[in-house]
Parts: sequence; C-alpha cells; structure tokens
Amino acid sequence: MANTDIIIHDEKDNVGVVVIEKITPKQDCNCWVMENDKSVQIQSKDEIPLGHKIAMIDLNEGDTILKYGHDIGKVVKSIKKGEHVHVHNVKTKKW
Amino acid sequence: MEIPKTFLGYKREDGRSGTRNHVIILPVDDISNACAEAVANNIKGTIALPHSYGRLQFGADLELHFRTMIGTGRNPNVAAVIVIGIEPKWTKRIVDAIAVTGKPVEGFSIEGVGDIDTIAKVSKKAQEFSIWASEKQREERPISDLWISVKCGESDTTSGLASNPTVGNLMDKLEPLGVHLCFGETSELTGAETVCEKRGKTPEAQEKFKKTWNAYNDFILKEATDDLSESQPTAGNIAGGLTTIEEKAFGNFQKIGSRQFIDVLEPAEEPTKGPGLYFMDTSSAAAECVTLQAAGGFNIHLFPTGQGNIIGNPIEPVIKLTANPLTAKTMSEHIDVDVSKILSREMNLDQAGNELIKATLRVANGRLTCAEALGHKEFVMTKLYRSA
Repeated sequence: MANTDIIIHDEKDNVGVVVIEKITPKQDCNCWVMENDKSVQIQSKDEIPLGHKIAMIDLNEGDTILKYGHDIGKVVKSIKKGEHVHVHNVKTKKW
Repeated sequence: MEIPKTFLGYKREDGRSGTRNHVIILPVDDISNACAEAVANNIKGTIALPHSYGRLQFGADLELHFRTMIGTGRNPNVAAVIVIGIEPKWTKRIVDAIAVTGKPVEGFSIEGVGDIDTIAKVSKKAQEFSIWASEKQREERPISDLWISVKCGESDTTSGLASNPTVGNLMDKLEPLGVHLCFGETSELTGAETVCEKRGKTPEAQEKFKKTWNAYNDFILKEATDDLSESQPTAGNIAGGLTTIEEKAFGNFQKIGSRQFIDVLEPAEEPTKGPGLYFMDTSSAAAECVTLQAAGGFNIHLFPTGQGNIIGNPIEPVIKLTANPLTAKTMSEHIDVDVSKILSREMNLDQAGNELIKATLRVANGRLTCAEALGHKEFVMTKLYRSA
C-alpha cells in the first residue's frame, strides 16, 4: 500500500492532517479517509508540517472548516486547495 | 474478532466484580494520613490512600468529599476497607455507607487515643482483612461487569487522529455487550458542547448536560480575566497544528465513538440507570478526573495520550495508549498499547479497537498496567472551593 501522507477523518471534511514529517510545495500526496477507508490524491501548494492541516478544496472568507465532520471554525482569509490551513486564515466561532 | 463473554474477576458481596483485590486504609482527613501510612507499612497486602483534605469543608464541597471517600471504598476493586479519621462522627458516616455493599469495613478514630495506640489497634484489624482477602480467587465473570472509564491527557494531533478514535471504536463494540462506560472533562468539551449535548439519549440527559456545561462556563466567565482565546488552544497545541478550541474539543470527543450518553453524573456519583455510557462532570486534570471516576465505581480505565501523560490510580488500573510513535519509543515504560501504526496505515481503527479490547481484558484478568508496575497511585480529591 502507498504511504499515507495525509489523514482525513470524515468524508465531509474539507481539511486533512499531515502525518509525515512535512510535505513540500507541489508534492503529490496520498490521503486516507479514515471513515470509509478510501484513498484520494492532492497536490500541495505550501510546505506543511506534521499535525497541521491542508485545504482539500478552495475555501472563501466566511466558509466553515469541517474536521471530524464538524464545524471547527470559520475562514477569515480565502484559502486555495492544497494550502496550509491554520491560525493565519481560520478563527474560532466561539469568541 | 469474537469478543470473549467473560473475564477473570473477583466476585463481590453486592454482585459486582473487581479487576483488582485491594485492601485499602482510607484516611478521612489530612491529619490521619500518618496513621494510615504507618498501618500500610506494618501490614503487607494493604495500601494507604493519603490525600490533602477533609477538615472544615462545608456544603457541596463537603458532600463531594464524602461521596469520593465512600465511592472509593465501595468500588469492587476493593476487597476490604479500614477507615481512619480524627473524630468518630465523619468516620462512621463513611463506614456505614461502605458497609451497605456487604464488604468488610471497620472505622477507627484517633482523638483521645493518639497515633501509636491507634496504629496498633488498626494494624491488627488490617492484618485480619489482608489475610482474608488473600484467599479470594479470580473466577469467570460476565464481561458486562466491566465498568470502563476514559480520559485523555497530554493530547496532541495524534490523539484526535488515532488514539481517541481507538477508544471510541472499543466503546462502539463493547457497549452492546452491556458494559458501563464513562467520560468526563467538562472544560475540555468546550467548543463541541452543542454537539455533545445532542448525544444525550433522552431530552432529560441533554438538558442535564446543558445545565452542567453552562455552570462550568459561567464559572470561567466569572473568574477569567480575558476570553480564554489566549489559553485555548495553548501555544503548544497551536505549534502541533491545532487551530481552534472547537478542533481540540472534537479531538477529545472522539473517545465516545458513535455512542449516546444515558445520564449525567455529579462528580464521584455512582451510575444507577443500568449499562451504557455516562457523562460525569469532572475537571480535566488527569488525577482528579480518574479519582472521581473510580469513586463512581468504574473498575478499569483507558487513557489515550499524545505527548505522554504518566498518571496511575491506587484502585483503578489505568491502561495507556498512544498513537505518537515518538512517545511510544521514548516513554515505552508508560505505554501499554501502541497504536501508532494507524498513522502509517499499517493498522486501521477496527484492528486498533480489537487490540485495545484484548489489552483491556488482559488487564481486567490481572496483568499489571505500566502505571501499576511503576507504582503510580495518584489519589487526588477535587475541591470545589475554600474551606471554612
């Protein structure tokens, strides 16, 4: 089986989590969707370290980030598919 | 995998089953610790449970103290109990409530006697209990007699990715067999509280959860100097890739799989609604949380960790699992189950859940956990407010 670079919890999620030391720009990555045990591919745009998130689709300001199939915050700066998703472009909806 | 229908446990007088066979020396208050520890030192096969409180507490805080003391004594992992307090009244209240289970229990008070004569008297009784308990044999007990509590700690992204979902997988497989399950950590569910509320099986359970979480949140709003966004997630969480408090909470929430909770318990409260999943209102500090769950009657604990928490409990064995390959390697003496192969996809959740079930049954049957072998016996009372 091909190495897994990214894990996606739920089919509905629009982000995945990097599980190798880091991925580099323009890297073709293997993603594993845990919920249904399927595989998908994505090409990265940024360098993203272990444990950090990658956008699986294009996201606009105001969109909701879904992880574990749930709302984990809102997009505050538009994000392209394959880019790093973190505190610079996503914020909590709590406060 | 075919899940065994039984495990080897100690049958107790009240019909419940223990995974351990402890004789405990329980001090009612801080000043009785010395006496309790001297007795445990005299008599082999007994353990003292020293702690820091039990004087001048009042109201709900005092009730929680009693509930924790009594529940610890009632836990089926405990064969027999000695209670030692400075004065007879509170000591007797604890003894009487433990005695309802039918297990041997005896109370002693120090006032008017002094430590030395008390230690002599108590040691004789403790020796009798220890020898009596040593003849108890493990026998086949239904798997439904397992009461499993869960709590995670030192979490990182591997916790939400793999070790917490592994616990959730075990819950999904074992709940239909009639086990009792318990999760807690009111504070660390913040961000997932509305989704968690909807996991209540009945409108009553949902309402109770909402009330419990709101009470916690009101307390935070009252005490906090800012909106907590500076502390949740922590700087370490953010460096590890966690972006929002919601993301952290949903990682934590993976531990209950797809289960629904049937009731909300007060801290240290024993469940009374039969088999299934319960939520207990607890702190997210590991030793406080596990102490409360053990006092609620839970007899085996699952503890997923990312960066490597090392907690244990004197009466409830704590099984640690991690999906962080570095933690599994550098802290191997603390890790009972390594599920790091999930991240490299050499293991799926179904397989990891099965591995955890096997490990849980081995520990239920008597295998020592890493924390037990290392002597971790953290017994920490939850204090609600300052004493009078």
